[in-house]
Amino acid sequence: MAVETSVLTDTEDVATDATAPVAGKRKLLFLRNGKAITGLAILGFFAVLAVVGEWIAPYDPSAVSPDILQPPSGAHWFGTTHLGQDILSQVLVGTRGVLVVGLVAGVLATVIGVLIGVTAGFVGGAGDETLSALSNIFLVIPQLPLIILIAGQLPSAGGLTVAAVIAVTGWAWGARVLRAQTLSLRKRDFVEAARANGERTWRIVLAEILPNLTAIIAAGFVGTVTFAVLSQITLAFIGVTSVSEWNWGTILFWAQGNLALQRGAWWWFVPAGLCIALLGMALTLINFGIDEFVNPRLRSTGLHARTLRKRGIRPRIGFTPVVHEAKEDRS
Amino acid sequence: MSAVPVAPGRLTADPVLEIRNLSVDYGYDENPVHVLRQASLTLNRGEVLGLAGESGCGKSTLAYAATRLLPPPGLITGGQVLFHGRDGSTADILSMSDAELRASRWQDLAIVFQGAMNSLNPVFRVGRQIADAIRAHRPSVSQKEALERAADLLDMVGISPDRLRAYPHQLSGGMRQRVMIAMALALDPQVLIMDEPTTALDVVMQRQIVEQIAELRDRLGFSVIFITHDVSLLIEIADRIAIMYAGEIVEDATAQDVYRRPRHPYSNGLLHSFPPLRGPRRELGGIPGSPPDLARLPSGCPFRARCPFVFDACAHVQPELVAPDVPGDDPRRSVACLRHDPDRVAAAGFTPVPVPPELALR
Repeated sequence: MAVETSVLTDTEDVATDATAPVAGKRKLLFLRNGKAITGLAILGFFAVLAVVGEWIAPYDPSAVSPDILQPPSGAHWFGTTHLGQDILSQVLVGTRGVLVVGLVAGVLATVIGVLIGVTAGFVGGAGDETLSALSNIFLVIPQLPLIILIAGQLPSAGGLTVAAVIAVTGWAWGARVLRAQTLSLRKRDFVEAARANGERTWRIVLAEILPNLTAIIAAGFVGTVTFAVLSQITLAFIGVTSVSEWNWGTILFWAQGNLALQRGAWWWFVPAGLCIALLGMALTLINFGIDEFVNPRLRSTGLHARTLRKRGIRPRIGFTPVVHEAKEDRS
Repeated sequence: MSAVPVAPGRLTADPVLEIRNLSVDYGYDENPVHVLRQASLTLNRGEVLGLAGESGCGKSTLAYAATRLLPPPGLITGGQVLFHGRDGSTADILSMSDAELRASRWQDLAIVFQGAMNSLNPVFRVGRQIADAIRAHRPSVSQKEALERAADLLDMVGISPDRLRAYPHQLSGGMRQRVMIAMALALDPQVLIMDEPTTALDVVMQRQIVEQIAELRDRLGFSVIFITHDVSLLIEIADRIAIMYAGEIVEDATAQDVYRRPRHPYSNGLLHSFPPLRGPRRELGGIPGSPPDLARLPSGCPFRARCPFVFDACAHVQPELVAPDVPGDDPRRSVACLRHDPDRVAAAGFTPVPVPPELALR
């Protein structure tokens, strides 16, 4: 017995030794994707701003000063508003609200969407009908007016309230897509095999089906975050939420209300607009990165995109690329 | 087991497809898997060439690389695939542009896929699918003419032409396979690549389809590359057989020579892993061990770890295809084994070892 165990542990050791570096590499693989790195870098930059923005802001964003409607200068990098408020400080302080609402709404909506979508797809029958009907109802509800209504009725429409409202109205699209994909997956042979193995339903869902949905869930999450950020900015822009709480939409609200465009005060709305565009781009890039990483077939292509370009290889189905690199010396 | 009768002169060199030094890698990273290493193969006009070998030895890769149908992360890293047209023109498939490749496909070189019966679209009638293939390449053909041609084709593969209006689910697996063969023949191609076309069928259906292919070959004069791991089936249908091992062709000879006079230890092992139906009883033995990891190939001969006739040179010298070292052998056959290549062994500083009697059967 003792001999046997020692042999067993020996082989186990060998196995872990051989796979350990590979596993370590695999964890970092996602970070070797150029698109994902760019996206994460931009998102990380905004996340840092969200945390430290209040401290590094040179002025109080609401403080009025005599420098009225100044273009960008050394004292005010992004210029000032009609009340002499510093726009750089407003952008910095406003970052936190945007990111918190985006992430909270994204996480909430994704959780609701995954729960309802995967359950509906997997259980089938009456449960599926009910949950599908529910998501259909939420799909046809005009989102923005509803958000405006709810946000307008609530006594204190702060960031988290807005996030909750956005999540509650925005999960149905993701649930719909996830249900369709789950329906297709649960008929596949590997799920049948898992069932024949005697695996429990929750294990089949968690271990067999969910990994196949990662790309869709990630895409849904990123899409919802983008939608939430835009909704929140829209709400602030049209003045539904509190205009005293700074975010990028509030800046645009004041810029619009005070005819920034007509007065030629481009510095008033361009920084906030650029930040919104950059954040959206970062989220999209992360989405591409996730897509290429989750699909094992795309992974190699995504990871080596740069070397492939250098070697002039365009991977396509149906037209295998040809490079003359191997030695051709055999008769 | 009798071979399909070979018309005299069929094996004279009139190549229709020449694969030269074809190398294929899987993976775009720094250490790709070299699944095919400078494989060379010639298909003559009107010939049925069998490709045999274990799973994962590169049979299908060879066929798909020669047609440039390998999906990513497949990468052709070298070689030539020369196609000789009926009019005497020669084209290298590997240097064709996308448009040329698209036009050449199906017209010059048609493929029946592994599990081809699932290649039919379930929502269209089979007649329309055959007609689509015709009209994609010959837009001037009217739908009516294309359907008439489809009916002829179905008749040719032994399906009643009134089945044109059937949906794929209304046909049996064997019939769907025949529809796919009919579709492959729609544009009168010169080369037909069949990737395990009968693997999913029962033996009766296998026999019918194999006979059908042989008969159509005699009538229409196309060449066939027949890929399978069923060596006994291959001996029956093929004129010539190429045996592959670990991404290389190790023996290339007429079907009868491979069957009765194998020269490579691997071919010999393959033939001893199924019982002959007729003739004297012989020892049934498998091949011990398993094929090498293509990502980490050993030096020298890839088969040496499993070879009963291994000697010291095998670990250091890589064998090349040469004529076997057995007097009186067909000079056109070739084998990649150091036992048959004393010159290479001597050149590398080892003492040549004679061919064992098992590999020198007359």
